[in-house]
Amino acid sequence: MAEVPSNLKFLESHEWARLEEDGTVTVGISDHAQELLGDIVFVELPDIGKEVTQSGDTAIVESVKAASDVYSPLSGEITEINEALIDNPEIINTSPYESGWFFKIKPQDISEMDKLLDAQAYESSSES
Amino acid sequence: MNKTYLNEFHRANKGHLVDFAGWEMPINYGSQINEHNLVRTDVGIFDVSHMAVFDLYGSNQKEFLEYLIPNDVNKILDSTRALYSPLLNENGGILDDLIVYHLGENNFRIISNCGTREQNYAWFNKIASDFDVQIDFKSDASIIALQGPNALKNLSSLYNVDLEKFHLYQDDEVMIARTGYTGELGVEIISTASKGLKIWQHFVSKDIQPIGLAARDTLRLEAGFNLYGSDMTIENNPYDSNLSWTIDQSNEDRDFIGKKALKHLQESENCLVGFYTDQRGVLRSGTKVSFEGGKGVITSGTWSPTFKKNIGFCRITKNFPEKGISTLRDKEINLHFCETNFLKYLK
Repeated sequence: MAEVPSNLKFLESHEWARLEEDGTVTVGISDHAQELLGDIVFVELPDIGKEVTQSGDTAIVESVKAASDVYSPLSGEITEINEALIDNPEIINTSPYESGWFFKIKPQDISEMDKLLDAQAYESSSES
Repeated sequence: MNKTYLNEFHRANKGHLVDFAGWEMPINYGSQINEHNLVRTDVGIFDVSHMAVFDLYGSNQKEFLEYLIPNDVNKILDSTRALYSPLLNENGGILDDLIVYHLGENNFRIISNCGTREQNYAWFNKIASDFDVQIDFKSDASIIALQGPNALKNLSSLYNVDLEKFHLYQDDEVMIARTGYTGELGVEIISTASKGLKIWQHFVSKDIQPIGLAARDTLRLEAGFNLYGSDMTIENNPYDSNLSWTIDQSNEDRDFIGKKALKHLQESENCLVGFYTDQRGVLRSGTKVSFEGGKGVITSGTWSPTFKKNIGFCRITKNFPEKGISTLRDKEINLHFCETNFLKYLK
């Protein structure tokens, strides 16, 4: 069974968001999503400084099987991207919630977090 | 959904099961790339029992096959061995591709694809009505492929047979043929399901990794083998599908289905070639390709675990140059055209 950490918030489209102590939000894709995609071979990450909107397509993840859009869980500005993924995208398969993060956002309106699914709600939505 | 006799094994061993042409089959058992690499460097085992096995009976099997397929079964009469051929309709359109096995003394077996099982059975029966031939569609067949540079070494732990490429060994219980769909050394082992289960368990107990259909697809693409339904369909003919080598007209007196139509099809404006790109991303089936003076479409595209780049096949107009272009997510991608056997070409 795919792992779903209880401290994260989710979009139904399988992205997770984690509020950090410095007020930024780290974003990645869930364990369930990496399982669905299979071996990941490419990512396309947004430019730092880019303004993104909640549920807007922000990155691309491509596995041997298929390419998929990655949506931003929140609106805001991209402050950091995980460059390690460019040469070693398989990190997403092995560590989707830690080393396999995609980008960090300075949120425009942190109350958007309330619109996201909690771990339990995401788990039941991804099972259906 | 149809299941092979190994379905429970796949389920219990982390097989990710998917619907493949109405059959519940393992797409991978974790990582398709690891599985692919194991077959290229060591050995792996595949359950391909979803494919269709037909045993022929009767006194006219040779004559039936001479007429049924464009490749000439007379090539394999001298020995117990296998012959690859497309299956054509009267218009030269490709109905399927298959392997004919000569079991000895003019007795034959045919193995063809899963998605065309029922269609082929009906077609064989229709053609066989003019010959003394009966078709036995085996509902209980096991097909296990053991593939990889160490496949024969591992086979010897169970069977002590020494086979040349495309040759086969048969006893009452099993047929072992030096055939496969990976471009590696290997065999395919055909038996009943109950015998197959023992063979499978033997190899798995030797820690040989089961390989899913996803790795089977990347392995066959690197080796330049067409996939029926993707790289060729009834809309295609052997000349636009890189299969002109399977049309054997050395015996002019031999009639076969599609022979008349093939005369005109020789002038087909398209051909099937390989492509690769060093740019990021994976161009997939259905993507358009263009170049000065011509165009085409990708029929299979994937990321190659061996060469670590995007490879595939495309059907394009003849007289193509060395390079072409395509588009992926609004970005222009430069393609190199090449022969379809990437193992040979890109090594």
